[in-house]
Amino acid sequence: MVKLKAPGFSKSMLLLGMLFLYLPMVVLIVYSFNSSRLVSVWAGFSTKWYGALFANEQILSAVWMSLRIAFYSASMAVCLGTLCAFVITRFKKMRGRTLLSSMITAPLVMPEVITGLSLLLLFVQMAQLIGWPVDRGMATIWIAHTTFCSAYVAVVVSARLREVDLSIEEAAMDLGCTPLKTFFVITLPVIAPALVSGWLLAFTLSLDDLVIASFVSGPGATTLPMVVFSSVRMGVSPEINALATLIIAAVSVIAFMAWFWMRRAEKRRLRPR
Amino acid sequence: MTKKLLATPFAERVRAVVFHRRVVFGVPFAWLLLFFLLPFALVLKISLTSAVMAIPPYEPVFRWVENTLSVVVNFGNYLFLASDSLYIAAYWGSVKTAFLATLFCLLIGYPMAYAMARAPKHWQLVFLLMVMLPSWTSFLIRVYAWMGILGNQGLLNTFLMWLGLIDAPLKMLNTNFAVILGIVYAYLPFMILPIYTNLVKLDVRLLEAASDLGCRSLTTFWAITLPLSKAGILAGSMLVFIPAVGEFVIPELLGGPDTLMIGKVLWEEFFNNRDWPVASSLAIVMLALLLIPIVLFHRFQAREMEKNG
Repeated sequence: MVKLKAPGFSKSMLLLGMLFLYLPMVVLIVYSFNSSRLVSVWAGFSTKWYGALFANEQILSAVWMSLRIAFYSASMAVCLGTLCAFVITRFKKMRGRTLLSSMITAPLVMPEVITGLSLLLLFVQMAQLIGWPVDRGMATIWIAHTTFCSAYVAVVVSARLREVDLSIEEAAMDLGCTPLKTFFVITLPVIAPALVSGWLLAFTLSLDDLVIASFVSGPGATTLPMVVFSSVRMGVSPEINALATLIIAAVSVIAFMAWFWMRRAEKRRLRPR
Repeated sequence: MTKKLLATPFAERVRAVVFHRRVVFGVPFAWLLLFFLLPFALVLKISLTSAVMAIPPYEPVFRWVENTLSVVVNFGNYLFLASDSLYIAAYWGSVKTAFLATLFCLLIGYPMAYAMARAPKHWQLVFLLMVMLPSWTSFLIRVYAWMGILGNQGLLNTFLMWLGLIDAPLKMLNTNFAVILGIVYAYLPFMILPIYTNLVKLDVRLLEAASDLGCRSLTTFWAITLPLSKAGILAGSMLVFIPAVGEFVIPELLGGPDTLMIGKVLWEEFFNNRDWPVASSLAIVMLALLLIPIVLFHRFQAREMEKNG
């Protein structure tokens, strides 16, 4: 086979594109250590903004709130998304399957303002009719995030489900396994990597959402993106630079671990037996 | 084993399978019906009411007074949107901005995806992670990063003045240029990934055959690679264009007073003016506007999901 190489133009575009993606983040990281408030002035190395960040009660409680919501939303989204993925890939002749698959993929391309507005109107109407939710807050954000995160989970899991060899499941069923037991003993371990990556994706999406949460939240629940948004609206803030650096560091560590793990799995697969 | 098989009669097994299938289908279906489809019906309903000073701030559509059901449908909001040039300008501004941003994403993203797909296997994984990593960090913070770079006292202006290229700071932040730049920056990974997945599956033998038959590399690209990657280009463009039309955060942080985008107008209508009916009708018109791209993308997605199925 002839090895096809990328032409020079596309290679240099890749380099420039990566610079474009990463330079702004490098700028944030560098300026989080700047002791001056201004971006244009470098007044020496300092970690005082990190101290200020950890003394900021409002940011800390918002972080805790966001992490809890993201955890619950991601867990529920994995359950719902996996069920949807099952229906899409396995129940080819079921009535209502097309409607379900349309409803599950629609949030992928729905503008956030519309999703947020529509869910808020639903919660207001529900409060009028059945008296719940009395106060919008964590529970309503959880429902909203679960709904849009399920879509992403369904895409990830259904891609994996399609590669699963059905004969093993059929063998288990033939040998007297109930469908439920077959799922837990055979299917679940096979699709586990997809569930993990779906969960992580849902977790980051929920953690990151500002628009939908702003619509469906009440006075009691302030998530991290809301706090960040209200402070950056006023302009550049060094504490937010410090927060950004911590987020980028955490994500980089996780990405590096994922890369290491995937490379090891690949090597093990290629190793001659 | 045989004992267990005999203990569960066939009919009972079939019933168990049918029951499980119903649960697997019913739970997500009910959830999505309640939390996805019903809310849209409500947006449509409330777009047909008029605003009042009350909680919730709109008139009911159906009213039951003295044994009479009266249905009040108000098309005033839509007429209002059509008559006020602000809203038309906002829709046009959104579509124009989103189109330009999608075009730039494609021009930058396609060559990047091409180089990634042609890179050695172990490098592909690294590049893939590098493209995806920014989208795992906070969207808000990545947009915010540009505020520090583009501002009058920002990094770029300071740098250009230091070079002596300009004497006074260029106004870059709070312009439409900044909005397009922000959208390109934030959504570039969504353009690269579908094109990359498409290009990496491309049958290399086709390109070899073309070069064996004396095709020049640029001709091969136009005649073979580009048409075959059409699906990826389409998917990437939809993934950038649709959310960009409704974008709120980027025009709010990077745009100026003359940046008119519909996501921002809807937000202000809802949160600042508390006019829920007008906000709802803005959402309905936006959906109608996006219907064609959404259906296009949805058909693409369905085809992808059906493949190898």
